[in-house]
Amino acid sequence: MSEPLDELYREIIMDHYHSPRGAKKLDNPDISNEGKNPSCGDEIEVALKVGDKTIDDVSVACKGCAISVASGSMLAEAIKGKSLEEVKKIASTVREMLKGNQVELSEEMGDLEVLRSVNKFPVRVKCALLSWTTLIDCLESLENEKKTKTSTTE
Amino acid sequence: MDGIIQPIIVEGNKIDPNIIRRDFPILNRQINGHRLVYLDNAATTQKPSSVINAMDEYYRFHNANVHRGLHTLAEEATTAYESTRAKIAEFIGGVKPSEIIYTRGTTESINLVAQSWGRANVGPHDRIVITQMEHHANLVPWLMLAKRAHAELEYIPINAEGYLNLDNIDTIINGNTKIVAVTQMSNVLGTINPVDRIIDRAHKVGAVVLVDGAQAVPHLPVNVKSLDADFYVFSAHKMLGPTGLGVLYGKERLLEEMEPIEFGGEMISRVQFDSAEWNILPYKFEAGTPHIAGAYGFGPALDYLTKLGMEAIRNHEIELTSYALEKLHELKYVKIFGPLDENQRGGVISFKVKDIHPHDLATVLDSYGIAVRAGHHCAQPLTNLLGEISTTRASLYIYNNKDDVDELVKGLIEARRYFGRV
Ligand SMILES: Cc1ncc(COP(=O)(O)O)c(C=O)c1O
Repeated sequence: MSEPLDELYREIIMDHYHSPRGAKKLDNPDISNEGKNPSCGDEIEVALKVGDKTIDDVSVACKGCAISVASGSMLAEAIKGKSLEEVKKIASTVREMLKGNQVELSEEMGDLEVLRSVNKFPVRVKCALLSWTTLIDCLESLENEKKTKTSTTE
Repeated sequence: MDGIIQPIIVEGNKIDPNIIRRDFPILNRQINGHRLVYLDNAATTQKPSSVINAMDEYYRFHNANVHRGLHTLAEEATTAYESTRAKIAEFIGGVKPSEIIYTRGTTESINLVAQSWGRANVGPHDRIVITQMEHHANLVPWLMLAKRAHAELEYIPINAEGYLNLDNIDTIINGNTKIVAVTQMSNVLGTINPVDRIIDRAHKVGAVVLVDGAQAVPHLPVNVKSLDADFYVFSAHKMLGPTGLGVLYGKERLLEEMEPIEFGGEMISRVQFDSAEWNILPYKFEAGTPHIAGAYGFGPALDYLTKLGMEAIRNHEIELTSYALEKLHELKYVKIFGPLDENQRGGVISFKVKDIHPHDLATVLDSYGIAVRAGHHCAQPLTNLLGEISTTRASLYIYNNKDDVDELVKGLIEARRYFGRV
């Protein structure tokens, strides 16, 4: 098997793919948003329970490929229990990283580093981005008290 | 203008892909350290040197606008442009060149008919009939027309094996039906449809029929006259030619009645400040400067296919499709969508591999230099009908050989091994 492929489908990624975290949809989320990549058919729903400026709970329901599922699962793991400010920072850092920009991940974002290898597969960047973009749009709607509208990374 | 077309052995009326391959420079490419195995021909085919050279020569030696100049270059460009039109007319069964309208592709051809013929002839309570296996290009324009005209849109269903179910064709194509639009070959299932039966029925009730030949003309002998199709549409880029060029064939009588949908230069015969008259066929539908280089390239593409012979191409594809279906069938974790009888289908094979998402599969295959398509193939309703969001599709053409199929099979085995590892 080729090396870059091994880098893309790292064990951590495959583990998240096979047992995604936060996959069970929240019952009464405070806000939720859908993401869709129509040309490839990936569909995702990010739902949040928001406490006093923290993300108390999160679910990411994803129908898609290993990369989009794993990325969504890592998102759920990374943001649960964090403050809204922190989550915004994490999400925009990951988004920049996925887009190939030079960013340093902080210590506690450690695991998310594995998503960086998606850069070597330009056509797959949109798969990894979908959950993060959906989250960012969700947070923006929350902040501006606007209705969410379906996100996409195509 | 002709590039060099190498002699191609035609043996037992079959083509030899290994000789054909030499005419396609891109097939020498290495992709991720492997030879390119190109199995995405339903999306677009590769181009032989003769096509590439002809387009290059146009820009180098003949570049001029068509129908507008009295100088030598304009004359040369116009002659080449019109000679390709004549070749197209010949290629699909010897129709009149004036019945061949150049478009941007299948999509534009269908939109032209829907907007011009459709708006003039389809009204409230009229019926438009298409099938459940249409490409979005042959679905959305009719959906929009039906909405705008308050007409009904009816679908001919497919059955479990991926054939059209024509049991109720007489009630589906009823007296209210004004137009039937059907693909001759499915770009997802590979099914070759009995368009002759559908045309027969449609004509009995006075409806016209548009045949989407995007996947058929490149692979099968097609004669629109004996088929008695009213409109027949296809794209150059799926049959060795350049992108950006397509064809609308229409019966003269129908085209004469139709209004143009684009207005401007070339399509008029006389313009005054307060009026305009349309040019004769086919120019009435060709407003503006067309894709001249495209016509330069499409000529040698048609020559190439003609030289091989469409029967011989079809025979090759039957043999290779049958081989591919057999090999894929041996893999227990592969599910094939569409007919299994190679005589009733073309070389478009959609499938899924258990527990591997089509995107991941496509990425793994790409790492071996194998190009396939993953997605809904612009036929979302059909893909959903199959119970899927997306599938993987391998599609064959004249330069594919058994080695290509073997590489695909090896790739699938690798992918399964790879994704099964945790
Ligand atoms: C059956 C069918 N119809 C229509 C189209 C649209 O062709 P184009 O994109 O060249 O307009 C395609 C190919 O994409 C096709 O396979």
